[in-house]
Amino acid sequence: MSAMMGSAASACPACLAAPAAEDLAARALPKEARIALSVPGVHCGACISTLEQALAAHPGVHSARVNLTLKRALIEADPSISPEDLIPVAASVGYEAFELDAGTLSATTQDKAGRDLLMRLAVAGFASMNVMLLSVSVWSGAEGATRDMFHWISAAITLPTIAFSGQPFFVNALRAWRSKRLNMDVPIVMAIVLALATSLWETALSGHHAYFDATLTLTFFLLAGRYLDYRTRAIARSAAQELAALEVPRATRLEEGVERTLPVSELRVGDLVLVRPGGRMPVDGEIVQGTSEIDRSLLTGETRPIFAAPGVTVSAGEVNLTGPLVLRAAAVGQDTSLHRMADLVAIAESGRSRYTSLADAAAKLYAPGVHILAALAFVRWYIYAQDARIALNIAAAVLIITCPCALALAVPAVTTAASGRLFKRGLLIKDATALERLAQADTVVFDKTGTLTAGTPDVGPLDHLGTRDLTIARALADASAHPLSQALRTALDARGIAPATLDDLREVPGFGAEGMWQGRRVRLGRAQWVGASASASTAAWLAIGSEPALEITFTDRLRPGAAEAVAALKASGHDVIMMSGDSTGAVEALAQRLGIAQWMAEALPGDKAARITQLQSEGRRVLMVGDGLNDTAALASAHVSVSPASALDAARVASDIVLLGTDLAPLAEAIRVGRMATKRIKQNFRIATLYNIIAVPLAVAGLCSPLIAALAMSTSSITVSLNALRLK
Amino acid sequence: MSILSYLIPISLVLGGAGLLFFIYTVRTNQYDDPEGDARRILNGDYDDHPKR
Repeated sequence: MSAMMGSAASACPACLAAPAAEDLAARALPKEARIALSVPGVHCGACISTLEQALAAHPGVHSARVNLTLKRALIEADPSISPEDLIPVAASVGYEAFELDAGTLSATTQDKAGRDLLMRLAVAGFASMNVMLLSVSVWSGAEGATRDMFHWISAAITLPTIAFSGQPFFVNALRAWRSKRLNMDVPIVMAIVLALATSLWETALSGHHAYFDATLTLTFFLLAGRYLDYRTRAIARSAAQELAALEVPRATRLEEGVERTLPVSELRVGDLVLVRPGGRMPVDGEIVQGTSEIDRSLLTGETRPIFAAPGVTVSAGEVNLTGPLVLRAAAVGQDTSLHRMADLVAIAESGRSRYTSLADAAAKLYAPGVHILAALAFVRWYIYAQDARIALNIAAAVLIITCPCALALAVPAVTTAASGRLFKRGLLIKDATALERLAQADTVVFDKTGTLTAGTPDVGPLDHLGTRDLTIARALADASAHPLSQALRTALDARGIAPATLDDLREVPGFGAEGMWQGRRVRLGRAQWVGASASASTAAWLAIGSEPALEITFTDRLRPGAAEAVAALKASGHDVIMMSGDSTGAVEALAQRLGIAQWMAEALPGDKAARITQLQSEGRRVLMVGDGLNDTAALASAHVSVSPASALDAARVASDIVLLGTDLAPLAEAIRVGRMATKRIKQNFRIATLYNIIAVPLAVAGLCSPLIAALAMSTSSITVSLNALRLK
Repeated sequence: MSILSYLIPISLVLGGAGLLFFIYTVRTNQYDDPEGDARRILNGDYDDHPKR
């Protein structure tokens, strides 16, 4: 990654005129801004050109490079350019983009570890090819001194190669040995060491059989499995972690009336903190100054904005909508409600770590079985032939034949193919066992706000308003950045309503907007403020002079693909449940719209988690889909969980799968792919076992030559990989 | 059989050369975006004015 950035920096940006570029290069530039965007929608060669050209044409951008594998764009630009400037640029050519934290991006060492594995894999591959060449001549009849020479050359290549390439296995096996556990790596290392030792012994005594080639191919296939596994996890991990945190890292403190920006961790109880409109509360506290409305949907799932005035208590994580607020901090850092919620997650997570993956289950059966089998073969032959050399040879052959080559490839080859396929549809698999758990899910629990709904409201019927009222409403809506005003503006734009001319137009934070129309006062805002009585649904009220106020209702807008996802899940036999912190009316309306029979409204975060635990204790496997802080505990306690990319950081961390796009439709596909992947993994285990059933008796009977070992190992590994590729 | 004294070193040298070339490609990050590179080769943007 770093060198890719480097090459982009040294390349002449095609977008700039050549003299300008030279000019820029001549002056030592101030530090460049490096911006990384996640672009889940890119999928073809044309996407690369379109997006790169659009980004590069934006003033101030020096160069842009799209990485199709990671679905990312890396941009070098003037320091004044921010990701917020570039996201609309990407949107203008039709690509959704999300900000990635470039700091953590360059700091990650993931690439170094991956390159390390790749290098070991390559060395093992090249060495095994050379040794195989020599072995083929031995198998085809090289005799006496020639055979010995070939064996010695093979040994000279094999020993240093194993010392280098086998390190990951040695390290893991040693660690397992120290903690008195058995993992896959213990039989692997045993096989490698024993095979090398007997082969050297045989070579020294100018014997017929040496397993140098088998040892190397073994290492090669095992490393291939490791590398695939690593690659899948690395892509998912880096993308998931680097989606920029939504939690505020900085806050503005008022020190005797002077504003100072400082990290949130330095705030103390009693500090006065300024939160601007659009900002997120960094601490729990009480409002001491200013009026506004606050959106607590991410914490509680409530869609209706709450009125905020001095004396109202707020929690960290809530969003300030309209006017600046000054808070007195009551709880900071670890003590905020935001962090107490995180504790709930930790408790719930410890429950889930008990899940044993298919691979672990296989390894637990496999490792002791192999050792016992090899030991029995050794003992039997030692008693029968009274010769340690023959007995050891046969034990080595058994270990090599049974070595979990195909087993080591069985799982990673399938997960790589499956997550590659899901990644193309905009799903990021964060956890290696997520696919298996996804396949087992039989109940799907959705959060409402921000998950099934887009979080932005739609305007309800407007027929009771005349054209005059609509033009006034449009003018008033223009004055405010409140989400309801913005929705109203979009709706009126679509109807071709032009704003009326108003005087003294102003926004009253926390209440609404007002102005003068033909000498009469007009207001758009909260019910009490315009002199109406509040109703149950989300609404804004329009008052013109002394006429009775008119209600403009708002409904939740469905997230794209939500209806399809729910329908597809129900069609595939899943129970669909909706749980929300929102009011009963809003939840019931949406449940009817989507055809969800079971729903739960006004649920507290603990209620959701408790309900999921209860469902699971009834033997159900729950898939939880949620985005808010109130969902994190539920996400963590569910059998498997999904969150959208727009979710709070904590929710994304707690979930196994992240939806990169806004569309929910891939969810049903994910379950299908998960089921298919599990089927393939089990199939692969059966294939690997079948090879063992054929080859092991031969090895135990002492009929196994190095040629048979090489054939059995390669064919089983290749069959398993090809079977996995059928998923693509 | 004296031909072996040439062939074996030659095969080892060729194998070694392949390995060195592979190490070079890894060091220069040519495996970071295999999918994108496969598509880029079909891209006509820089055909007339090669990107340096």
